[in-house]
Amino acid sequence: MVQSTVGRPANDRHPDKPPLSLQNVHVSYATRRGKVQAVRNVSVDLHAGESLALIGESGSGKSTLGLAIVRLLPETARIEPGVITYRRNDREVDVLKLSRSEMRAFRWSDCAMVFQAALNAFNPVLKVWAQALDTAQAHGWHDKPAIRRRLVELLEFVQLDPKRVIDAYPHELSGGMRQRVLLALALLLNPQVLILDEPTTALDIITQRTIIKLLRQLKQEEHFTMIFISHDLAIAAELADRVATMYAGRIVELGTSDDIFYRPRHPYTLGLIRAVPTVTGGFEQLFSIPGSPPDLVKLPGGCKFHPRCTFATERCQQEEPELEQVGAEHSAACWNWREVQAELQRNPLHRGALNVLDGIGSEVEGS
Amino acid sequence: MAPILEVRNLTRQFGKGRETVTAVDAISFAIEPGETVCLVGESGCGKSTTGRMVAGLLEATAGEVLFEGRNIRQLDRKAYQRYRQTVQIIHQDPYSSLNPTQTIRQILTAPLLRHRKVKNSAAAEARVLELLEIVDLTPASDVIAKYPHQLSGGQRQRVAVARALTVDPKFIVADEAVSMVDVSIRVSILTMLARLKREFDVTFLFITHDLALAKYFAWEGRITVMYLGRIVEDGPTQRLITDPRHPYTQALLSAVPEADPALAQHKRQIELRGAEIPSLLALPPGCSFHPRCPYMLPGQCDRTVPALEPVEVGGRVACPVRKQDAVSLLV
Repeated sequence: MVQSTVGRPANDRHPDKPPLSLQNVHVSYATRRGKVQAVRNVSVDLHAGESLALIGESGSGKSTLGLAIVRLLPETARIEPGVITYRRNDREVDVLKLSRSEMRAFRWSDCAMVFQAALNAFNPVLKVWAQALDTAQAHGWHDKPAIRRRLVELLEFVQLDPKRVIDAYPHELSGGMRQRVLLALALLLNPQVLILDEPTTALDIITQRTIIKLLRQLKQEEHFTMIFISHDLAIAAELADRVATMYAGRIVELGTSDDIFYRPRHPYTLGLIRAVPTVTGGFEQLFSIPGSPPDLVKLPGGCKFHPRCTFATERCQQEEPELEQVGAEHSAACWNWREVQAELQRNPLHRGALNVLDGIGSEVEGS
Repeated sequence: MAPILEVRNLTRQFGKGRETVTAVDAISFAIEPGETVCLVGESGCGKSTTGRMVAGLLEATAGEVLFEGRNIRQLDRKAYQRYRQTVQIIHQDPYSSLNPTQTIRQILTAPLLRHRKVKNSAAAEARVLELLEIVDLTPASDVIAKYPHQLSGGQRQRVAVARALTVDPKFIVADEAVSMVDVSIRVSILTMLARLKREFDVTFLFITHDLALAKYFAWEGRITVMYLGRIVEDGPTQRLITDPRHPYTQALLSAVPEADPALAQHKRQIELRGAEIPSLLALPPGCSFHPRCPYMLPGQCDRTVPALEPVEVGGRVACPVRKQDAVSLLV
């Protein structure tokens, strides 16, 4: 169990087989107001060593989807229908069919979730060492000296001083330190896949940067397969290889980071990008998306985005579009994606890179 | 022009004895009528405490707030009332700043009648509808009968703005006013605020931790950067963003995650000597940033608190060591 390196994440024997595949995944909650479809028909493969960002506003289903993968949803939630397949070396697991105890083993040793570093992500009466020991023992690892060695190694990796942190209670740590401890704890049992829910939200700017650097290191040097869940487009721009935009429970656009930021094809993605300023990018003309995110109990018919969409046509009110290929690794669920493309030719994105970096961003639409 | 608002050596302490914390430490700045000033900094830098003192919600421990040239502590009752009406604050959380048991009509009518802005309830009703139109809550006749919980976060924040407008303010302190609003609608609220500035001559003190928002909102205005209770740098937004001089401003700008992959890759990475912000309970001597600053000069930075001094490029910088040196943020 003990490793000399930080992890052993890569799917060495079958590098071409995606460690995680979601097929047609639906999640619904039973509420007093009725059934809430939080996630609808999500299919995506997560490739070995890749970072996928799920972006979207509150209620888009991104956090629900993350929790569904490690089956940490509340009792009132149902994952049905849908198939989640996990692969590591020669093992292939149907995650939704795992028993409770198998699920406990899967969580953390195969697929670990890193929550936003609020205090409630910890047991407040346990010191960091006790939290780690608890976790290890719950997964059948009882060799205390080895667990301690592993924890020290991981705390050093996340640039914390083990002597200071290992016997500290969660409330004695700053937000940035807590986030790093959570990351170290998530790595304890050598998972292959990490799911990070709002990993930098609510942290101060300079602390956010240290976390981003650490996550980049996990990605580039340790080749972890990661899913980032964030409402913050900047996290996707900083860390993701591919980005999935979610709206009203569905993935409405999926592409490489450059596709999404420079060649968006879904009006919602375009809207988000035109709504978010950069800091060093010079003057930017920004626009809001009209209306508000939808009520998940009373979703509109047809495309769920049509009431807010400036490209909407009659068809959009009737029929919900499926993801359609719009580029090499790029798909979008929009009847009018060609109109979005034409719009970008007419009114290129005022992206910061265009204004400031000569030549960089030349692949941007319309330039 | 005479400043509409000025603070001189404004200081605020909390707690007492050994547990005393100086949240704001003798800061001075002035805001001209019609200007847009953003106060930025990380948590604990004193930006909200400053905003609350400016709005009259919190008394200063020392120093003074001058409103239209007069110390607010020395105003007579009537003049003080006028100041409290003229300066309004919009809070971060529209979920807790509106009374959940009152309709929008009640929330907006009460201040109109209390401050005799209208003669009777019929006139109040008409004014409320007008205010809702001004903040783009349309159709106003639908919104007026609703309770806050029936509105989205963005709509609630618009109600909070409408409530601030009931008393015809000339100066609005917006404290993280769009931080809790979904990203897709933030810009529309900022656009609405910018329109108020133009149409009603409102001067804004916009407080935020988000430098990108500060840059966008105050593109023609100024940014003031605070660190651990002190102003470390201020200046015209476009200068401060492209040519920051204080090492802390540089560190902050280089650390901000960028919503653009090319910028994210080409940002200069400034290595600080210490990652953690010191506690306000144990502030380092001299420049508060010296334990983390890559340019720290022993014997100077750890002894003397640097004065905030004017720089040729515009604004003021509290760093005698680096204020002449430009650093490129992109590589």
